[in-house]
Amino acid sequence: MGDISAAKHTVLFDLHLELGAKMVPFAGYAMPVQYPDGIMKEHLHCRAAVGLFDVSHMGQVVISGEDPAVAIEALIPNDIQALEAGQMRYSFFTNEKGGILDDLIVTRRADDLFVVVNAACKAQDIGILTEGLKGKATVTEITDRALVALQGPKAVEVLARFAPDVATMSFMSYRELDVAGVLCFITRSGYTGEDGYELSIPNGEAVSLCRKLLAETEVEPVGLGARDSLRLEAGLCLYGHDLTTETTPVEAGLLWAISKRRRGERGFPGADVILAEIANKPKRKRVGILPEGRVPAREHTEIADEAGNVIGEVTSGGFGPTMGAPVAMGYVPLEQSAIGTKINLLVRGKARPAEVVKMPFVEQRYYRG
Amino acid sequence: MSIKFTEDHEWVLLEGDIATIGVSDYAQEQLGDVVFVEVPEVGSDVSKGDELSVVESVKAASEVYTPVSGTVIGVNGDLEETPTLVNEEPQGGGWFVKIRIADASELDELMDEAAYKDYVEGLA
Repeated sequence: MGDISAAKHTVLFDLHLELGAKMVPFAGYAMPVQYPDGIMKEHLHCRAAVGLFDVSHMGQVVISGEDPAVAIEALIPNDIQALEAGQMRYSFFTNEKGGILDDLIVTRRADDLFVVVNAACKAQDIGILTEGLKGKATVTEITDRALVALQGPKAVEVLARFAPDVATMSFMSYRELDVAGVLCFITRSGYTGEDGYELSIPNGEAVSLCRKLLAETEVEPVGLGARDSLRLEAGLCLYGHDLTTETTPVEAGLLWAISKRRRGERGFPGADVILAEIANKPKRKRVGILPEGRVPAREHTEIADEAGNVIGEVTSGGFGPTMGAPVAMGYVPLEQSAIGTKINLLVRGKARPAEVVKMPFVEQRYYRG
Repeated sequence: MSIKFTEDHEWVLLEGDIATIGVSDYAQEQLGDVVFVEVPEVGSDVSKGDELSVVESVKAASEVYTPVSGTVIGVNGDLEETPTLVNEEPQGGGWFVKIRIADASELDELMDEAAYKDYVEGLA
């Protein structure tokens, strides 16, 4: 994705280099794909202890106004009004065809909404929000804060040493707390399937706070490579791959994120298409795929039925270090989406047997209080 | 008996008319954790420059090309169970394929160990 010398730096750039990271261009930023331990070890470490991820390339946005929760619902099908202050929800922007323009996390705060969007879609999303909320709410990108994820079964133990109150937060909740004397926006959330937190830290304090966290014996830095294999094992979608403008929330299996009230009231882009698809069932569905044997099936690998007809495509795939085996997800016709359906993956011209399986591949371990 | 290297980071060790082929230490470091190696069928004929093998790391799939022409007479069966041999012993137990070569002169244009070392240092 472009030239690394032209890429933007997050405030943690120099720290990444110091830690020996291999930097790659990603969504316009120079980001660590891995540290000297490598993807496999970083992945396993995050599942066993704690991984620290720089996700400052993602967009942080504040939406303020008279009633931003009402206003934003015109742009997304998700139920933001149902959130109490301090609660957050997985959401997505849809277009008039019911396709997905990006996924995002919306947190309702006492007086505004705090939103995190994907790095690659940042400009588009801020445009959608600014245009779509004109006259109703003010959209402000936060550029003076880094975003860091602390993920893994021991994340609570580590972070509570610096901010004891984080221990009582439940999954998908938000608080503003002092972490070693630095006021952070903290959410108990993440993209690994593990318990953990995301910390929005003032730029000036980000390096020193990360150093303090990394000094804890349980914590190791983890790059984008393991971030991808962790989220894949957790069955979580990656925008631009598993979700695109060509996929609807119904096909993607994201109906849990559209409440009954929103379905009833409609009033979001693509509502007619999405509601019709809920009623009539989608033509295809996102499924988990477990290849037999050890050959990974990467993105764009064709999926065939047992007779050899191409029926779909892998949208994310690779090796799952915790599974110790290749894992994938992709889209297949509804008729072939049942758990246990035998399929073939056409890897370099060879049909490799695989099976439709339940996701997540690795059990999610969120803290629900 | 001397080991030769290609610009694509394959190595070839010629003993008699049998060439053993693998990837260099530099290559395995670039690839990262290897999770699968696809090798050709024993008995297949390959020409210099053909795709010989595909190495799958956690990161991505990468092709390995044969620097010599000939007939595949053996593949490293240990890689099936232990693909990480490529990371652990790239120039030993992590070999890929043995080829009975037709023309030893194909090795002439490859780099020797010292030249390859210079080449890799130039890449950093």
